[in-house]
Amino acid sequence: MNLLTVSGSPHLHGDQSLKKIMWGVVIALVPAMMVSFWYFGLAAIIITLTAVVSCLIFEYLIQKFLLKQAPTITDGSAIITGILLAFNVPSSLPVWQMVIGALVAIGIAKMSYGGLGKNPFNPALVGRVFLLISFPVDMTSWPLPKPIWSMVDAITGPTPLGVLKEGIGKGDTISQLAAQLPSYQDMFIGGIGGSLGEISAAALLLGGLFMMYKKIITCHIPVSYLLTVFVFTAIMWQINPEHYINPLFHLLAGGLMLGAIFMATDMVTSPMTYRGMLLYGFGCGVLTVLIRLWGSYPEGVSFAILIMNAVVPLINKGFKPKRFGEVIK
Amino acid sequence: MNQVLIYAIIAISSIGALSALILFFVAQKFKVIEDPKIDEVADILPGANCGGCGYAGCRNFAEAIVKAGNLDNLNCPVGGNTVLKDIAPVLGIIATERSPQIAVVRCSGSYTNAPKKVEYDGASTCTFANNLFAGESGCPFGCLGLGDCVFSCKFDAIYIDEATGLPVVSNEKCVACGACVKACPRKIIEIRNKNKKDRRIFVSCINQEKGAPAKKNCEVACIGCGKCMKVCTFEAISIDKNLAYIDFEKCTLCRKCVDECPTNAIIELNFPPRKEKAKKEETVNTEL
Amino acid sequence: MKTFKIGGVHPEENKLTSDKAIEFLAISQKICIPVTQHLGTPSTLVVEKGESIKTGQLIAKGDAFICANVHSSVSGKISKIDTAIDTSGYKKTSVFIDVEGDIWEETIDRTNTINKDILLSKEEIIAKIKDMGIVGLGGATFPTHVKMMVPNGKKAEFLLINGVECEPYLTSDHRLMLEKGEEILVGISILKKALGVEKAIIGIENNKSDAITYLTKLALNFTGIEVHALKIKYPQGAEKQLIKALLNREVPSGKLPIEVGCVVSNIGTAFAVYEAIQKNKPLFERVVSITGKSLKNPSNFMVRIGTPVIELIEKAGGLPDDSGKVNSGGPMMGKALNSLDVPIVKGTSGILIMTRKESKRPEILNCIRCGKCITVCPMGLEPYLLAQLAENGNFETSEKEKIMDCMECGSCQFTCPSSRPLLDYVRLGKNKVGLIIRNRANN
Repeated sequence: MNLLTVSGSPHLHGDQSLKKIMWGVVIALVPAMMVSFWYFGLAAIIITLTAVVSCLIFEYLIQKFLLKQAPTITDGSAIITGILLAFNVPSSLPVWQMVIGALVAIGIAKMSYGGLGKNPFNPALVGRVFLLISFPVDMTSWPLPKPIWSMVDAITGPTPLGVLKEGIGKGDTISQLAAQLPSYQDMFIGGIGGSLGEISAAALLLGGLFMMYKKIITCHIPVSYLLTVFVFTAIMWQINPEHYINPLFHLLAGGLMLGAIFMATDMVTSPMTYRGMLLYGFGCGVLTVLIRLWGSYPEGVSFAILIMNAVVPLINKGFKPKRFGEVIK
Repeated sequence: MNQVLIYAIIAISSIGALSALILFFVAQKFKVIEDPKIDEVADILPGANCGGCGYAGCRNFAEAIVKAGNLDNLNCPVGGNTVLKDIAPVLGIIATERSPQIAVVRCSGSYTNAPKKVEYDGASTCTFANNLFAGESGCPFGCLGLGDCVFSCKFDAIYIDEATGLPVVSNEKCVACGACVKACPRKIIEIRNKNKKDRRIFVSCINQEKGAPAKKNCEVACIGCGKCMKVCTFEAISIDKNLAYIDFEKCTLCRKCVDECPTNAIIELNFPPRKEKAKKEETVNTEL
Repeated sequence: MKTFKIGGVHPEENKLTSDKAIEFLAISQKICIPVTQHLGTPSTLVVEKGESIKTGQLIAKGDAFICANVHSSVSGKISKIDTAIDTSGYKKTSVFIDVEGDIWEETIDRTNTINKDILLSKEEIIAKIKDMGIVGLGGATFPTHVKMMVPNGKKAEFLLINGVECEPYLTSDHRLMLEKGEEILVGISILKKALGVEKAIIGIENNKSDAITYLTKLALNFTGIEVHALKIKYPQGAEKQLIKALLNREVPSGKLPIEVGCVVSNIGTAFAVYEAIQKNKPLFERVVSITGKSLKNPSNFMVRIGTPVIELIEKAGGLPDDSGKVNSGGPMMGKALNSLDVPIVKGTSGILIMTRKESKRPEILNCIRCGKCITVCPMGLEPYLLAQLAENGNFETSEKEKIMDCMECGSCQFTCPSSRPLLDYVRLGKNKVGLIIRNRANN
């Protein structure tokens, strides 16, 4: 005779599960991954595979031998970290550097805090920033995309944001630089220079819509992030259109879409209430624009998100949900 | 170049001197006058900050000792007699010897003695399970085996035996701080005298139900029959609410009650085997 | 369509028994009636062992303020007064009766004619509700007469009747509305008179459209009773959420519905009030849904209080082999039973049999701070934080974070992707914080 089970209510569980969420994100990343394979060819595949496999291996080894827990690599979170890390590097990055990046992302940014759910900073971004600081040359020479499957040495060139930063720095005006900048159509579809995952705004948006449809993320963070960037840059553009480029360019260029849709919305490192999410998105947006317009780096998304990650515990403390029966006097 | 070096040295040293001066005056102004004995006592205390003495930490306990001026009603369960003996001269008194104590789990409702009737599935905390239901065996007094005591122990002295589902206290590690006594929602754990060679006799049951319902859930429940009370020549055993209790101050470890108990609810620990008749193997696990 | 604003989930409805008419269950031979079946002070026994009693005779009296009478549900001889295991898994004092025939108290009107004229005055109605041992039949079992006594300085404007039945599986209120609609409306009129309110609103979730149509039609013959359809959302049946959904008023934290001029009662209670006032019938039987996916014959039964659960299961096709859990009440807020000999009590709205697969909780994983528990909490709390604080024993902060507002609806744990036992820990915290608050009040 089977024994009856006794437990506290509720006795039902919804259909949401950690695995479903994580694999949902992986699926949402597929379009952007396909675009990167298309434009950067075999090199992109090798970099992505290296990142994913080394993330999985490091997570397994650390859990098994250092933390002595049951390894949980099948939950998909390490795969996401791997893909996002690969998305944040140029396809010409040496493979050994990619492995180091994966070790930093998983070992330092995730596991040293206790594993999934306990890391204050987005692991992929920590890995990326570590690589950027350690190997600045390799991390900032982007091969220009060519839609063929070849291993022939690609020509490297700056990203649109890099062109802009350099040009403005030299004292050129926007209209002088216009010829060197890609068309908005190319920036939307993906035919521009840049890191693996950030080139195609369209593919990223598709993934984002999929995640919203699956209720993995809500629209609060991406919308407030993108809107803030748009409004801030629009104001600057109005003030001096020859010095500050128009807001649409800012939305499509660089890692903004990737950051706003996939990195800033990382559940573990983002606030938990809607109001908190809006503030967090706003903060990310302001910091990104500040770095892009006046900082020394052409791109500021990863720094902006990492800085806001650090503020998340405070936001969670300060922005409580509206309690039922609170307002009525 | 030399000049730069000299300026640097002068600047740094003058900043240092200035800071030292400021610090000195601040320290003078905000000095807290404290009984030096507190520091002395605190140094002697083990510094585990376990709270077993009833105070928040060792420092608070030291303050309490110095304030009281004696050691009556104050005990450091971790350091025991040695620590108290060291503290006594600081206070200018003579310490009285206390018998060492240990935590004792008063339940033998293992999986074999008290078979599961239902299965529990949920948060691993006795306090919640205690609010939810009577327990997997159905005994409303018995150990729930979810380990709140293990969680509360700062000395790693208690663990749940997987074979029986009951907590086991380590004779060596337990300092009788009483944290587990407070953590147990059913008050199963008691602090008792450790005795010589860790020999202990106690009623390993706190079930207050009448005989029949108690026995229904557990083979080794105390049914409150009172046989042990009658056989005890030292008046150490009392019966209250269908439950026998052995006063460890009066008990002389004669073991008569152990033989008398019809349900084997009374347990003897760490005794040598008897001469005439071989004692039945005990069901309770213990670290020997 | 109306509903409450914040939080809520939508579990699979699984109303397997919604078209099964209410059947009378044959009287059991082993009746065991717990002496206290309500929320509040325990009742005191007024019968002794060996006494012969009739159906409907008083066996325990509630003298304290929040206390209810208990009546015998069968006739026969009291074989013993002893402790028996109840839904809580603990043993409580109960009356065991050897059933002999079914002889009812003469005062009870056993005809089926619907008696619409309300002859009693306000005070008489409340006194009679108390005599007949009526408690809230939605599950909380709060004595109804206490609810009807509006405290000084407060005024009741609305009587809200809860026909939401937001718990999955359960259909006892739904069937009652369809089969005893007119009686329920008379019962509501009686409650209205007792409260002195002009308007009563029945809230029904939209998955019971037949009941909505039927009651709307019937309500035309009664003054001041409206039927409102509500969007399907759990936990709409909770008092505060129902008031928010129907009237858009928010009951302040820690206060009762009367604070916003409302009294909430339940369909089953309205029917019991009708029977008590118009038919002199004490509360000794109720509708119980017995349901479950693996059960052969899920049904709605009219059951005498004190019938062991196992008899209902036998009648509904026997306990399936793969049963893992038997619940008293719905799957979201019900209690898992320790034993199948537990008697049906006033608060038992259903018996749910779950398969082993359904009853096994998923593996507990790390919290990924997704915030879904905050999104679904109908009280606007942070379940992850409350659970964490309770786990770490930080009860002062728990209290500040309004842990006592939690009504244990279980939406958080239902939604949690990491399937963490959030509510288990919140309950633990509530228990401790409750003790702290009581100690403070006593000192």
